[in-house]
Amino acid sequence: MKHKNYDIVVIGAGPAGSVAARYAAEQGASVLMLERDREAGIPVRCAEGVSRNGIAPFIDINPKWIAATIDSACLHSPDGEQAYMYNNGTGYVLERRLFDTELCNLAITTGVEMLTKADAIGLEYSGEKITGVRFKHFGEIKIANCSIVIGADGVESRVGRWAGINTALALNDIDTCVQYTVSGIDFESDACHFYFGKKVSPGGYIWIFPKSGNTANIGIGISGDLAAEKGPKAYLDEFMKRTFPEAKVNYTVFGGVPTAWGLKEYIKDNIMLVGDAARQVNPITGGGIVQAMIAAGIAGQVAADSIKAGDQSKKFLLRYKKEWDSKLGKIQKTMYSMKERFMKMDDSKFNNLVRLCQSIPKEEFSLKKLFSVAMKGDPLLVAEIARAFVASKLK
Amino acid sequence: MIINRELCDICGSCVAVCPVDAISVSEFCVTINQDKCIECGNCQQICPARAISGAKK
Ligand SMILES: Cc1cc2nc3c(=O)[nH]c(=O)nc-3n(C[C@H](O)[C@H](O)[C@H](O)COP(=O)(O)OP(=O)(O)OC[C@H]3O[C@@H](n4cnc5c(N)ncnc54)[C@H](O)[C@@H]3O)c2cc1C
Ligand code: SF4
Ligand code: SF4
Repeated sequence: MKHKNYDIVVIGAGPAGSVAARYAAEQGASVLMLERDREAGIPVRCAEGVSRNGIAPFIDINPKWIAATIDSACLHSPDGEQAYMYNNGTGYVLERRLFDTELCNLAITTGVEMLTKADAIGLEYSGEKITGVRFKHFGEIKIANCSIVIGADGVESRVGRWAGINTALALNDIDTCVQYTVSGIDFESDACHFYFGKKVSPGGYIWIFPKSGNTANIGIGISGDLAAEKGPKAYLDEFMKRTFPEAKVNYTVFGGVPTAWGLKEYIKDNIMLVGDAARQVNPITGGGIVQAMIAAGIAGQVAADSIKAGDQSKKFLLRYKKEWDSKLGKIQKTMYSMKERFMKMDDSKFNNLVRLCQSIPKEEFSLKKLFSVAMKGDPLLVAEIARAFVASKLK
Repeated sequence: MIINRELCDICGSCVAVCPVDAISVSEFCVTINQDKCIECGNCQQICPARAISGAKK
């Protein structure tokens, strides 16, 4: 069996893995990144929506992986009303395959060694101490010894479980999703659409994110605890038949989005989890790309610092948690409690919310304005949720 | 629990909800370790492709 030594092994080459690996390598650490699939970024299980401000710290904006620039979000109420909210040019719909590849390339050019078709299958221990990663590479079992493992292995993460971290999600903390990439319809090229309602998408929403050339991602996420009788595809098919009977489905993907606030524990001696693996997704919107990159930037830096300091104890690595909590972790908890209220909201409240948004003239739209109108219109809850929704989607 | 491989999209959602870590994924296939499985039915309920069956009602 082949053994090789590294400071850090990163498992998974999604946005979380690529950014963690790069940030660690930038500080001089020797880093190996393992990706199970034949390349990073495929299949694309994602609606591909991000905010420009969210991604800009991590990558130079390049039109090559931007499919559309988004100026507004349109909310559709259960009773069929709609309201536009404006936020000029602050959102992108990505070509995630190209985006993920570029993030990966940035890691490699910084000195990260990357292997594809490299499926991590377990951790190596010396006594209680994690000393490396076991993986299959083209059928051969290999071992990479290291001081720190970073688990960036997505929603399907098992790295944490191997280290004794409980990453299992309750059914109400994960959305079950299906998405069609469709063509044959004239979509507004600069607006995202969101449809709400108990009959439309229980505990979640349907989205339309436009892409280039009259194509769009149309998908649905419903809360796992509400998916016993009827799955997301049945809801989405009903919607498509009702709304876009002429659409042609180019391809279909299935997926799961963690909507927990995070994990109680995601750091132990010699190991850290980042991104979907650590359930670091916005629990209201289900957006996780920017969250994954922010967490990974911190974790990569802390990993490199710990190598320099010669200390890979949990105590040292908890610097990552501290910084994450102050940047986003605390907001995640607020979002989560809002999600819980949002889940319980009945359709009439959504109808109300959309009407409140409608009453604000386009050119006067601002969050402050929405808030003040909503306050007058009555329900504080509605105002809170609208604010949280807009802020998190477009931040 | 039984996975219909013709329906499965290898999305990993089932792995995330398994309380006993009975499910593993590779690039081309998802496998349930029947010895570990406690038949809670979580994976069947979450599966967006409706590829899993066998939960006791
Ligand atoms: C339908 C859907 C729509 C979404 N829409 C949006 C959106 O519009 N905006 C947004 O911000 N987020 C969205 N998300 C969430 C977003 O896709 C994730 O939050 C994001 O991909 C997380 O990045 P990550 O690097 O943590 O994980 P991933 O991107 O999942 O990367 C994990 C990588 O690890 C690899 N891997 C797993 N196990 C192993 C192993 N054992 N060995 C080696 N490699 C392994 C996988 O192959 C994969 O490449 C959506 C998700 C879904 C399912
Ligand atoms: S039924 Fe429950 S225990 Fe068995 S594989 Fe599915 S989720 Fe895991
Ligand atoms: S949730 Fe369903 S589609 Fe996804 S990996 Fe599991 S069995 Fe396959």
